[in-house]
Amino acid sequence: MDKLGSYDVIVIGAGHAGIEAAHAAATLGARTAVFTLTLDFIGNMPCNPSIGGTAKGHLVREIDAMGGLMGIAADATFLQSKMLNRGKGPAVHSLRVQTDRKRYHMYMKQALERTPGLDIHQAEVVALDVVDGTVCGVITGLNGYYACKCVVIATGTALGGRIHVGEAHYDGGPDGQHAATKLTENLLENGFPIRRFKTGTPARVHRRSIDFTKLERQPGDPEDTLQPFSFMTRTALHNKVDCYIAYTNPATHKVILENLDRSPLYAGIIQGVGPRYCPSIEDKVVRFQTKERHPVFVEPCGEDTEEMYLQGLSSSLPEVVQNAMYHTIVGFEKLEIMRPAYAIEYDCVDPTSMEATLESKVVRGVYGAGQFNGTSGYEEAAAQGLLAGLNAARKAQGKTQLVLQRHTSYLGTLVDDLVTKGVLDPYRMMTSRSEYRLSLRQDNADERLTPIGREYGLVQDDRWAAFCRDAELKQAELARLNSTKIKIAALRPLAGDAEIGEAGGTAAELLRRPGITYEMIAAVIGRGEGVTSTMALRIATELRYAGYIAREQRIIKDMQRHENVAIPPDFAYAHLETLTLEAREKLEKIRPLTLAQAGRVPGVSPSDLAQLSIALLKKG
Amino acid sequence: MQTHTTICALATPPGTGGIATIRLSGPDAYAVAGRVFYPQNPEKSVAEAKGYTALFGHYRLRGAEMDETVALFFRAPHSYTGEDVVELSVHGGSAMASGLLEALIAAGAAPAAPGEFTRRALENGRMDLTQAEAVMEVISAGGRQGAALAKAALDGALAKKIGAIETALREVAAHLTAWVDYPEEDVPALAPNTLAATLAEQKAQLDGLINSYGGGAVLRHGVDCVLLGRPNVGKSTLLNLMAGFERAIVTPQAGTTRDVVEQAVMLGDTGIRLNLFDTAGVREIGRGGDEIEAEGIRRSWKKLEEAGLVLAVFDAGQPILDEDIALAKRCRESAAARTRPALAIFNKQDLATEVFNRDVQKLAPYFDAVLPLCAKDPASQPALCRAVETLLGTATVDPTAAALCSERQLAAATAARDALAEGVNALADGFGLDAVGVCLEDALAALATLTGENATEAVIDAVFARFCVGK
Repeated sequence: MDKLGSYDVIVIGAGHAGIEAAHAAATLGARTAVFTLTLDFIGNMPCNPSIGGTAKGHLVREIDAMGGLMGIAADATFLQSKMLNRGKGPAVHSLRVQTDRKRYHMYMKQALERTPGLDIHQAEVVALDVVDGTVCGVITGLNGYYACKCVVIATGTALGGRIHVGEAHYDGGPDGQHAATKLTENLLENGFPIRRFKTGTPARVHRRSIDFTKLERQPGDPEDTLQPFSFMTRTALHNKVDCYIAYTNPATHKVILENLDRSPLYAGIIQGVGPRYCPSIEDKVVRFQTKERHPVFVEPCGEDTEEMYLQGLSSSLPEVVQNAMYHTIVGFEKLEIMRPAYAIEYDCVDPTSMEATLESKVVRGVYGAGQFNGTSGYEEAAAQGLLAGLNAARKAQGKTQLVLQRHTSYLGTLVDDLVTKGVLDPYRMMTSRSEYRLSLRQDNADERLTPIGREYGLVQDDRWAAFCRDAELKQAELARLNSTKIKIAALRPLAGDAEIGEAGGTAAELLRRPGITYEMIAAVIGRGEGVTSTMALRIATELRYAGYIAREQRIIKDMQRHENVAIPPDFAYAHLETLTLEAREKLEKIRPLTLAQAGRVPGVSPSDLAQLSIALLKKG
Repeated sequence: MQTHTTICALATPPGTGGIATIRLSGPDAYAVAGRVFYPQNPEKSVAEAKGYTALFGHYRLRGAEMDETVALFFRAPHSYTGEDVVELSVHGGSAMASGLLEALIAAGAAPAAPGEFTRRALENGRMDLTQAEAVMEVISAGGRQGAALAKAALDGALAKKIGAIETALREVAAHLTAWVDYPEEDVPALAPNTLAATLAEQKAQLDGLINSYGGGAVLRHGVDCVLLGRPNVGKSTLLNLMAGFERAIVTPQAGTTRDVVEQAVMLGDTGIRLNLFDTAGVREIGRGGDEIEAEGIRRSWKKLEEAGLVLAVFDAGQPILDEDIALAKRCRESAAARTRPALAIFNKQDLATEVFNRDVQKLAPYFDAVLPLCAKDPASQPALCRAVETLLGTATVDPTAAALCSERQLAAATAARDALAEGVNALADGFGLDAVGVCLEDALAALATLTGENATEAVIDAVFARFCVGK
């Protein structure tokens, strides 16, 4: 074995998780290297050519607020965007951007190349070098040895990847990449609880073979309402492409049902557990037999390609059946497949073996992120990557770890769910997973997380300056709205049929009424200086939802007392005989970092928690 | 676990005892006490009470004036727990303590979890560890089963009912979730009217459970019963007949200073506990007299207002006197009489006189039922039992019907109901469905504390079971 280098942090994988991990670690000043099976797939999008979506859009904003790359890259490779859930309440507004897949990859590759202190290596990591339960290096497939203090595993579907299309199957990763076949065995030897998950992706097809006149057109949001992901993007965005919707029909479903025995999933060849939120078309048709049609979203993969992505038609049926199935769909009669749909099985870890810092409890110094931790989605992966990279760098530097509590972010909620409750199938972020979602909006991610990103060294001076300026503008505008009185008669001509009440009041009071918008107020008293439409919406939301937000804040404050009680990592639950046996076993396994986390472990009752709290006070 | 809540629990041993004390602790202790406890002196206010002081008054349950109450006030940090504490003492050995707990929960207090007072005391440095451990050791004997116990406490009928409410709410929550998290799939929008109707309907279900909590209490806690009658009409004999044996008297309260004496007897085989108030003052009716007597009478009549059952005993061996008629009228006059049954017992049938039987119609219209009886004959016990059962409605109570049967269950149902009410308001006030969704999930979380389920996971499971969503 040849010793080739020495690093603070080594990141395995340069997908969405690995990129943020490597960038975060290097930005914190750690000597960092990222290893990828091929440089040509850095930031690859093997599934849909879009970033964001419900709850995922929140994560992208959070990554950006902390100083990560995903939001900026999505804005830079923007093709079209939509703010989803307009009209369903501000807490669930979610941004989704169609991006140019190849340009996104190029953007990310160059972003990493330009990150100071970051080395990029094309190599397969085949083993960790573990001494006394702590990682101290990695070994590559070319017999290279790299010493390190910490490792971030972000292997995605490449780890033990196996692709299935009908009866055909082979070891491999997405888009013709080869699989990382050796690392799993080494991880098992080191005691990692490894399991097997499955996911899938639909076909990529040729644009010329689709009859768009038969499909519904899906343009982006109107140009003047387009919002960027990044709080740093201050230039206007322009829609460049349209998407389309097609629908399956009973003939499509018939083809699928008749060929079900040729689906490896139904033939029992696939052992991995698939995600509920991302069912294959076979799953949809079998489970919802009464449904007469399922939507198919046709999305362009980029400006320099004719490839189109068919969201909603993920499948593992043989190519001939895929052809037959697609050709039953109106508009797809002559569809030409360029890349067939496939299912992929891969290895990942039971996330309850991780701490809320994303460090493994099995081998110290090893962190995990993304699909390796049992999640799914680019955004979930990137968010964890940022946290894992940040903590790995800080550990290497001998600094305190960052744990994001549930009330701070979707990221904190995601990590807490993973490490406290575990997962049975790949985990997708959903707005309903956050109990604090009226406070955790995508529009205020900067207020929630930029100060934390700054404190922990990720947020650079330019972002910090912009953030502080925005905060001042907002305070000034709130002060103005609170001190400026408006007569109701002045608003009435602007209100149309909307119910706006009888009494006048301060602008802030009036904004709390459902029928009154910031634009109406601005028409009477003018716009606040520097108040963008985004900031206006944020201010209006906070005023209107003040009661609900205050209630959430009270609950958060309650919870805080237990969040602040740390549990020593070596705490001997076994000796605490006043706990139920179940609670002792669960706590022993999860090893929560705080009393609050202990309370969220399934099987731990309030009575157990009271006992634990007393035992902790005794120790302290 | 929330630590800034205000909690309440019985601080004296349950069951017998002259006094029952309920301790209220937390930031809203004074506010909650103020909603329930009314000082005798209208000049005094709970909010302004200083630490280490006391006030005398009464408490109210659902608007009705209940037992006399002594309130002791402690200001943080000088209290058992180190928080604001109010201790409310009522007469023990009756349903009064349960009624007070019910009132406090309705006013916003949460029932204390096992060991919670102790934990707070410890966290606030008001108790040392040895003490705390000793207390916790005792508590853990009961609390050890934790969640399993909570689930077992749900009897079949209640579990079904709560389950049905949960299912209805979860369906709506899942629909909302699918609609919000998968905006581009063809998940139909939930019509605001449907949503409002479901919330209102399930809120009504919970209201029903919460309101019947008091009714179900008859069987759990017994019923306060006033025994009226002139001297020597046979009240004591009747008492023994009720109990079957003299020693069946379960809570003798010798030496009480009150002139309304309380005893509790189990009424034959009915399972109904009668908390008896022997009204010494009533026999003084019409005699006027000094102030002390007047006070005695006042209290007796007050008891008549509060009681859940009145038994008026008459001597069938004697002619009916004006005094008897006055007493009968009084049973009917009180405001409570509309809902509280009164039974006339014509005792000493073995000695019954013609003149009594002739004039019996002078009494009967004032009562819900009359029962001719010979109290010293044990064979007449069943007739008495059936008559009381019929009047209290316990004979027709379906013991398998859903009923909340603990303060904890009441608190959970109340929290769920309040969250739904908030959701209904949010809809009416034009808030986004995000706010409504949060209220809905709060309601589900409150119900989940009864069933031990994880509300969020259950909703997400329902999303994927019911809706075909995902790419």
